[in-house]
Amino acid sequence: MSIIQLENISQQFGRLSVLDSINLKLEKGEVLGLFGHNGAGKTTSMKMILGLLKPTSGQVRVFGQDPFLSDFNHYRYRIGFLPENVSFYQQLTGKEVLHFFAKLKRVSLNRCKELLKQVGLTEAAERKVKTYSKGMKQRLGLAQAILTEPSLLLLDEPTVGLDPIATQDFYQIVDQLKNNGCSIILCSHVLPGVEKHIDKVAILSQGKLAAFGCIPELRKQTSLTTQINFSGCFDISKLQQALGVDVGTQENGSFSLKIQPEYKLKTVQTLLAQPGLQDLDTLPPSLEQLYRHFVVGKPSQGGQMEQSISEIINSVPQQPEKSETITSKTGEQS
Amino acid sequence: MRAVMAIAEKEFKDGLRNRWMIAITLIFSVMASGLSWFGSASVGSIGFSSIANTIISLSSLNVFLLPLIALLLSYQAIVGEDEDGTLLLLLTYPLTKAELLLGKLLGQTSTLAIATIVGFGSASLSIILFADNVNVGELLNAFGLFILSAILLGMVFICLSYVISSWVSEKSKAAGLALVIWFFFVLIYDMGLLGLLVATEGQVQADIFPYLLLLNPTDIFRLINLVTFETNGTGLLSIAAEQSFSISGLFMSMLLWILLPFWLAYFRLLKRPI
Repeated sequence: MSIIQLENISQQFGRLSVLDSINLKLEKGEVLGLFGHNGAGKTTSMKMILGLLKPTSGQVRVFGQDPFLSDFNHYRYRIGFLPENVSFYQQLTGKEVLHFFAKLKRVSLNRCKELLKQVGLTEAAERKVKTYSKGMKQRLGLAQAILTEPSLLLLDEPTVGLDPIATQDFYQIVDQLKNNGCSIILCSHVLPGVEKHIDKVAILSQGKLAAFGCIPELRKQTSLTTQINFSGCFDISKLQQALGVDVGTQENGSFSLKIQPEYKLKTVQTLLAQPGLQDLDTLPPSLEQLYRHFVVGKPSQGGQMEQSISEIINSVPQQPEKSETITSKTGEQS
Repeated sequence: MRAVMAIAEKEFKDGLRNRWMIAITLIFSVMASGLSWFGSASVGSIGFSSIANTIISLSSLNVFLLPLIALLLSYQAIVGEDEDGTLLLLLTYPLTKAELLLGKLLGQTSTLAIATIVGFGSASLSIILFADNVNVGELLNAFGLFILSAILLGMVFICLSYVISSWVSEKSKAAGLALVIWFFFVLIYDMGLLGLLVATEGQVQADIFPYLLLLNPTDIFRLINLVTFETNGTGLLSIAAEQSFSISGLFMSMLLWILLPFWLAYFRLLKRPI
């Protein structure tokens, strides 16, 4: 049984279509990265999974149940949720906030202490939440989300406001939960660094699922190039002939080339055969490139949006610069 | 039930933390003591006059103050949680919307109830201790009834607050509407009834008119505290003298005034877009 199963989900608010025939599955112990621009329907999808919103059409199943029904309530002990914007109870201390949520989920106060330590809030536990920084609130939010060691965790923009070390600690917790069999949905704008912590990617664009699958699969679907960086002493023209591609030089004296993924192995072998080779690095298309490809790259979907933006901006005469850049961008793509 | 208690406990602690409870207690205590000792100053005497006088003047003052306090205490209940983002979070917990609302009602009623009991109780204690020739049994009876009806009146306005709070999307709107509700029930409604009476020169059907008083919870509260003393009320309430209401009937209508708004608030909360 899949932990989450969305079948043909559509959601309309009045005449506005927010989600359009979404099909999605999440298995036990999987981490799904849910990406998309603002208003792409990420939060709406999460609300459906949490049973706060009934889809206009289609079927939502969480733990095999319909989360919108009241029977679902005892499954909620196994679900953790970190909302995007939560300021908690300003006049309460961090500890009191966590205790309150712990009571609702019937979790012992010892566990709260443990969690505060785990998210690094022990020092600030006695301080009122209104004195907390964005990052501290985010950590308190994470603590309440994992109160019960959940089987399903939904995180909406979890790393916003976290410093690099806290972000690292955060992903450590995510990895640990995943290893314990927790399924996680991670909703984010911040793409760098997420890649190695997620198993599957879902990219939402304009309410449609633009891409869904694991990263290598998605790479195969695109014709994005793999970059190879290398350094050493070569006869460039000979090397270019051997490789059959153009080699560029970088500022630090190293070289780089771009090839289709299927030629990667052959190219690397050729390079390794060169006596002057000192270092070599292969960079497959990053998550950002994939995201860009799926969201912007398709002229039928992305182009429309860019066009509409340029129309809007063009209609505002005070900003000629912006409209120029965007129009030229649209021109490039079409 | 555990969830209800957890919410109630938090609301009650909030009442303690932000000094609401102590403030309300003080207001009630000062008001009750002042009225019982100096209430008859206008007729030239100082000191405790009679139980009836004290309770009747207390209830006509309380009818202004208590609804306002109750509305202020609870107008943020839902809309405030929504603005802080905690409503969205709470609803992902093993907690139904009914439990959330019930917990809030329980917690905020306790805050108000304790303030009412301590505030008015202390005044009655001072009368027992320092006034001469007071029938203690009668006094406790009257104050007991007064306190009980005051708590119920508080609950009515807390529930009316919840209706607003689960309906609107901004705190400021809720605050404004709470004031409108207060203004309507405390001032406008009775004036409207009086106006109707004068305009029709008392020709409205006499057997229907007293029942119109039951459509205003503040009038029910005043009636409850009037009927025990067998004195005719002044102003609008004197109409009710013709129609004798029973205490239990009045309490029943007060309960309806709690249940209906509570149900409406729950209904609005179900419909509220999260």
